[in-house]
Amino acid sequence: MKRKEKAEILSQEELAPGIWSLWLKSSMAAEARPGQFVGVYPKDGSRLLMRPISICDVDEEKTALRLVYRAGGNGTKEISSYKKGEKVDLLGVLGNGYDLSKMQGRKVILLGGGIGIPPMLYLAKELEYSGVHTNTVLGYANADLFLKADFDKVSDFVYVATMDGSVGTKGTVIDALNDGFIMADMLCACGPMPMLRAVKQYAQEQGMRAYISLEERMACGVGACLGCVTKTKEPDEHTHVNNTRICVEGPVFDASVVDI
Amino acid sequence: MNTKVSIAGVKLKNPVMTASGTFGSGMEYAEMTDLNRLGAIVTKGVADKPWPGNPTPRVAEVYGGMLNAIGLQNPGVDVFIERDLAFLKDYDVPVIVNVCGHTVEEYCAVVERLNDAPVAMYEINVSCPNVKQGALAFGQDAKVLEETTKAIRAVAKKPVIMKLSPNVTSIKDMALAAEAGGADAVSLINTLIGMKIDIEKQTFVLANKTGGFSGPAVKPVALRMVYDVAQAVQIPVIGMGGIASGEDAIEFLLAGATAVSVGTMNFIDPQTTAKVTDGIEAYMKRHKVSDIKELIGAVH
Ligand SMILES: Cc1cc2nc3c(=O)[nH]c(=O)nc-3n(C[C@H](O)[C@H](O)[C@H](O)COP(=O)(O)OP(=O)(O)OC[C@H]3O[C@@H](n4cnc5c(N)ncnc54)[C@H](O)[C@@H]3O)c2cc1C
Ligand SMILES: Cc1cc2nc3c(=O)[nH]c(=O)nc-3n(C[C@H](O)[C@H](O)[C@H](O)COP(=O)(O)O)c2cc1C
Ligand code: FES
Repeated sequence: MKRKEKAEILSQEELAPGIWSLWLKSSMAAEARPGQFVGVYPKDGSRLLMRPISICDVDEEKTALRLVYRAGGNGTKEISSYKKGEKVDLLGVLGNGYDLSKMQGRKVILLGGGIGIPPMLYLAKELEYSGVHTNTVLGYANADLFLKADFDKVSDFVYVATMDGSVGTKGTVIDALNDGFIMADMLCACGPMPMLRAVKQYAQEQGMRAYISLEERMACGVGACLGCVTKTKEPDEHTHVNNTRICVEGPVFDASVVDI
Repeated sequence: MNTKVSIAGVKLKNPVMTASGTFGSGMEYAEMTDLNRLGAIVTKGVADKPWPGNPTPRVAEVYGGMLNAIGLQNPGVDVFIERDLAFLKDYDVPVIVNVCGHTVEEYCAVVERLNDAPVAMYEINVSCPNVKQGALAFGQDAKVLEETTKAIRAVAKKPVIMKLSPNVTSIKDMALAAEAGGADAVSLINTLIGMKIDIEKQTFVLANKTGGFSGPAVKPVALRMVYDVAQAVQIPVIGMGGIASGEDAIEFLLAGATAVSVGTMNFIDPQTTAKVTDGIEAYMKRHKVSDIKELIGAVH
């Protein structure tokens, strides 16, 4: 059941310049699926809207959620100042998440670009748990390889691409993919829009299925405001026009369904 | 303690309703707040046919509020009746349907289609700042507003609320025009036209360039307008704009509103309407007010 609830901060640390990892004690941990997200509300009343952040990991024993986020604007900067023991308001669990049943018996490539990396970790972990083999390609700006060590534990192979060429393939995850070492029959991707467009095209050319996780500005997070839509090829069942709500029908979409 | 109010003969168990476009048709919030506690549900604007709405980004945060340029995306009145009204039938709460259109004929078509549906009232959105042709034009010219109200009133089998735009020189004149056209009530304010610019990209944050400004930051403006309108018209006034608490709602009641709507704050806390209702009751207890009607327009 979706709800707004206080969560206690168990820890907060900076993984790389401006990239923060937050562990929260929350009953929502028991309901979360990979690909889903929560809304984190800043406390400063001038900043009203929740910040949508993907679930990066879940600790079932501690009923805790891990969020890894970039402190870019004022809201996320405020959130990065919270200390252990403080409480924060969460709205969740939001979004559809990945359908793991569609991945059983497949070889799956996970692609994470920049701040699209965190949600792929939870997916990698759950896939490993259900016996699905994954190869992961992570795209970073530079040699600050946040979360890479966590992926090493749960994914068969982890490839890295860096924009500055300091580690792995020089360029984006698509450049690494085009290097051609990686074989699979399904793609799951999260990252900036140009990357997702390239993934969609790549999957189309290779005749593969691709699931991509989309981002859009959100107000309600629960399907009420129609702020967060993406264009779709066919009229969507809820809205009856070619605009689908990312916060409810997404953020994970079959790439062939959306018109991005 | 009596918190019941009535608008054009429709009885509300309390004066707290949702604001159109911020609560879907209740379905999205039903698991997070008790719909039966609402005085009324005001649904998202619906047209005669599906509308696709505007390109994204459609929403932006601004200091103490937000901008939206949804562009009235809606599935059309047929789907609305089959799905949304069917869903709401199971709740003990009057349904006020917000109606949008590009032409008077389109407004009338929706109203006629809904005349035999389980609907308590219509709220006519002549004040959306986010659709190119029509809509706001009906709400910015007193003569046009009066004629539009008349035409809709002539076909409506339920009470008609005209929802007024704050983006006018004199909202009082607009309210008087709606009243002259036969409106059973007026609601205000719809959103104020605003803008946000991304200075790094040197571009507009919203794809539509402008958007409707709402949330706590607009409350003083809304309150002043509700007061002016309530002074001028005989018909009930429904007040909204930035309401976040029982105290905010009391201000609107004192200014002359018979009922209030909660909009943007539903996004911040899905329990806002319940908290507003509790806050009103606590205020009444504290001030030994036995009937909420004593508060309406009591500011002096
Ligand atoms: C489904 C989903 C999952 C996400 N997961 C993550 C994640 O795991 N880690 C992470 O670092 N970021 C994630 N993001 C992006 C994150 O929501 C934004 O970076 C964040 O909201 C920006 O807030 P701010 O306070 O830094 O910026 P501000 O400029 O203060 O934000 C102003 C407003 O714009 C919104 N906004 C600004 N940028 C974005 C954006 N890129 N996407 C959506 N809304 C935005 C904010 O939510 C806020 O309402 C996700 C976004 C979505 C939609
Ligand atoms: C996302 C959003 C969508 C809205 N959609 C509608 C609409 O469809 N019809 C309408 O009459 N008003 C619409 N409004 C205006 C609200 O009903 C309300 O008049 C306004 O937001 C002021 O109240 P608030 O400050 O409490 O939000 C919308 C407002 C928001 C924020
Ligand atoms: S954020 Fe409101 S519908 Fe998705």
